[in-house]
Amino acid sequence: MRVGDHPILGKAEWGKKVTLMVDGHPVEALEGEPIATALLAAGRRVFRYTTKLKEPRGVFCALGRCTDCVMVVDGQPNVRTCVTPVRDGMVIETQVGLGQWCYSKKTGEKKG
Amino acid sequence: MGKVEVAVVGAGAAGISASIEAARAGAKVVLIDENERPGGQLFKQIHKFFGSEAHRAGIRGIQIGTDLLEQAKEAGVQIRLNTVVYGLFAEKCLGLMCGDHTEELQADVIILATGASEKPLAFPGWTLPGVMGAGAAQTLINIHRTLPGGRVLMVGAGNVGLIVSYQLLQAGAEVVAIVEGLPTIGGYGVHASKIRRAGVPILLSHTVLGAEGHESVERAVISRIDKNWVPLQGTEKTLEIDTLCLAVGLSPLAELAWMAGCRFIHISPMGGWIPVHDENMQTTLPGIYVAGDLTGIEEASTAMEEGRLAGLAAAEALGCLSFEEGAMKKAEVRERLETLRIGSFGKGRSLGKKQILESRGTV
Repeated sequence: MRVGDHPILGKAEWGKKVTLMVDGHPVEALEGEPIATALLAAGRRVFRYTTKLKEPRGVFCALGRCTDCVMVVDGQPNVRTCVTPVRDGMVIETQVGLGQWCYSKKTGEKKG
Repeated sequence: MGKVEVAVVGAGAAGISASIEAARAGAKVVLIDENERPGGQLFKQIHKFFGSEAHRAGIRGIQIGTDLLEQAKEAGVQIRLNTVVYGLFAEKCLGLMCGDHTEELQADVIILATGASEKPLAFPGWTLPGVMGAGAAQTLINIHRTLPGGRVLMVGAGNVGLIVSYQLLQAGAEVVAIVEGLPTIGGYGVHASKIRRAGVPILLSHTVLGAEGHESVERAVISRIDKNWVPLQGTEKTLEIDTLCLAVGLSPLAELAWMAGCRFIHISPMGGWIPVHDENMQTTLPGIYVAGDLTGIEEASTAMEEGRLAGLAAAEALGCLSFEEGAMKKAEVRERLETLRIGSFGKGRSLGKKQILESRGTV
């Protein structure tokens, strides 16, 4: 949920609307904000599943330290969504385990 | 390899203050931060600060941050953002990572002001999405204007727990309770009173036994504990929540000081392992200074003063300030620091700081 009106901070000045593709579905985000807040605002809690036990994980520190909120962003796994700003058209996927590179490191070509 | 007179790591309360003092004295200063925006945690402090007028009491953290940044620019501090300091090597050489490349920066003096991170608390279910640091929730609501949830349980009644609970209320969330393991409230009475007036119960001698939920937190089980922190059977209570915030202390982010080989001392009430420093904030390694929460968990006001002290000492070491001028300015800062460490709340920190300074002399 967004905090539009605030007794101390006043009315929010929202950034321009952009659209993210999250697991194949469009999600609205605000320019300048980190991926994580756009997802939380859209009601998502689970950002990834752990390698062995496939347990859900979400935002824990919101500061870029704990790496609990990492996802696959534009084909790159382990991106800290709490400190990575959104960009229009960004493709975001729930990360399972260590995630998979969608692009060949050698050629830069998309795999599969 | 780049070269600079003073490199300050961390653009929070302590780091910006250190940069300002060193640059005003005439040193060439680079202030480095891994984040996109400078200010550290200042910009999420939307409450008014305490202390005296000299400490800017009554002013909100966001305003203090804005003013400091303005002063840093005026003083000619070069601010490098989106830059991670990944290492501190021999000859005071910093390893920087910026985007997809790395570089080295050698400094005559290094001031570490890397701050602290929130301590976690392990209990069954603590890894569930929806369990997060109180500071995380504070960042989300006050900076990004997004609520992590609607019904919150806060663990910890220190200042962070109390302040963030109140700020969650201001942002429109419901705080169902604050649980605190100690039999007393750790934070300031002013903050506790505000919370109580808002109708949030502060449950002392209580702990969280576990968090439950399918894919994220849906419930928390709390219980009363005895004086040995053993849960009392039959006092369990289940609370319907969607967010559980942990405000159980901070620990200094000391990796760079460890890597450099600074001597450390363990002081529990100050947050754990702390780099030993002298009254100029210099560590056991010449030319490497520390300031702020890294030198023991306190608050923004003390962090700013310690930053100033380190900045002045650094400028003095470089010959930008004369001995007399340096001594006079540092004495002023030390006096203000002392007044921030008095009273029942400051006493423990004052003792901790004394312990650090005394350990400087021993091997």
